[in-house]
Amino acid sequence: MTDWRSGASLAALQARSRLLGNIRAFFAQRQVLEVDTPILARFGVTDPAIEPLRSVASAPEGASMFLQSSPEFAMKRLLAAGSGPIYQLGKAFRHGEVGARHNPEFTLLEWYRPGLPAKELIREVAELVCECLDRDDWSVVSYGALFEEVLGLDPWAVSASELKAVAAGQLDVGTLDLDYDGWLDLLMSHVIEPSLALRGLLFVCDYPPSQAALAGCTDRDGRRVAERFELYVDGIELANGYQELLDVWELEQRAAQDNERRRAGGQEERALDSRLVAAMKEGLPPCSGVALGVDRLLMAQLGVDRLSAVMPFDWSRA
Amino acid sequence: MANYSTNEFRSGLKVMLDGDPCSILDNEFVKPGKGQAFNRVRMRNLKTGRVWDRTFKSGESLEGADVMDTTMEYLYTDGEFWFFMEPNTYEQYQADAAAVGDTHKWLKEQEPCEVTLYNGTPLSVSPPNFVELEITETDPGLKGDTAQGGSKPATLSTGAVVRVPLFISQGEVIRVDTRSGEYVARASKS
Repeated sequence: MTDWRSGASLAALQARSRLLGNIRAFFAQRQVLEVDTPILARFGVTDPAIEPLRSVASAPEGASMFLQSSPEFAMKRLLAAGSGPIYQLGKAFRHGEVGARHNPEFTLLEWYRPGLPAKELIREVAELVCECLDRDDWSVVSYGALFEEVLGLDPWAVSASELKAVAAGQLDVGTLDLDYDGWLDLLMSHVIEPSLALRGLLFVCDYPPSQAALAGCTDRDGRRVAERFELYVDGIELANGYQELLDVWELEQRAAQDNERRRAGGQEERALDSRLVAAMKEGLPPCSGVALGVDRLLMAQLGVDRLSAVMPFDWSRA
Repeated sequence: MANYSTNEFRSGLKVMLDGDPCSILDNEFVKPGKGQAFNRVRMRNLKTGRVWDRTFKSGESLEGADVMDTTMEYLYTDGEFWFFMEPNTYEQYQADAAAVGDTHKWLKEQEPCEVTLYNGTPLSVSPPNFVELEITETDPGLKGDTAQGGSKPATLSTGAVVRVPLFISQGEVIRVDTRSGEYVARASKS
């Protein structure tokens, strides 16, 4: 038995320690407040693509609690209470996500900037990541332009069956049965992402509204877009950010849609966090926020392709 | 047979896909930041030998395939079938040309080899990595050319043709790597 040992080298553990220190220094210099919200909370996200881990620890009423898939809701409650800019460096959990680039428990850096539009938060993310990786090759492309470039199609103008035909021409999709967003996800993860390997630090912005998650939407160049962005580093997804949705009615609509999809997919429904709703009713300041995978950032820094090489103990050794 | 979900897919697991037994070679979990999770699975169709990547939704499941690898003794061929014996039960199995494929040229009577059974019938046959076979035909051996490194074709007792060094002569027994079909060394005559 050697699996009591760390999968990461001592050099990787030292780099990890330096990286965490550098991140904290970056925010200290910019006077962003470090916060430390609960890992166990009463509500999980409604997003059908994210399965939180349920704990045995129970809330006073007897319901089980959830290990957080992101500290987003708690941090938004702090923002609504007037915290100003905040960041958090901590653990997040996603049930069932195991692979070379996924681990059910991982280290997430999440931060929020009141008053900042997404475009300016992109700049700050670029500054942090460029500093950590000692690079400066970053650029921005819109989701629509990227699909046009790589696949010659406009995601706003195609149907699910057209997307399926394009996917089937590139991959063995067998009997896969997906909806419009499912096919977009498949093309994004299987065809577009690998093509980004040579494009350095690339921010993809302006997603289709159906993929807004918790981003606000706006009209740009005659089409409705979600003010969401993702950062890819050499083809590996590193961060996901939003100009945050402020409208609580819209939030409730999206949660209801999420639960409809959960029902259809045989997943358990999730109650929307009533304390987040109350905080947003009180008023979330206009802000942008982003979540960044710290383990993957370290992978990029060290030039390795498996999370197990940068985590003291990955899932197989935890 | 049991069903296996994509998160149970491991290298070596045998499952049914499109009506054929397949062996899983590699399973990669792929998920865009927000959105549908997939498993990109590399598999080998055990009937055709074809290797390919197929994408599944995470959580989808496939039925396990009743496939078993067994070491058996090769007995003989009647021209249409090849006969093998399970050494513990003495039970005999006949494999057709599709199952035996190219392997027939390495099969030596009374030697063990790996037979993959699917629903109790041979699906494929793999030879040992190394076999020792007699040369039945080759050009006469030449003395003093060992340093030249030249080679010539030699036909073995099973019909296989391999390239051997020039100094090897007819009637000698040689050791062959069946994976590459290459000559390894002279075997000591028994």
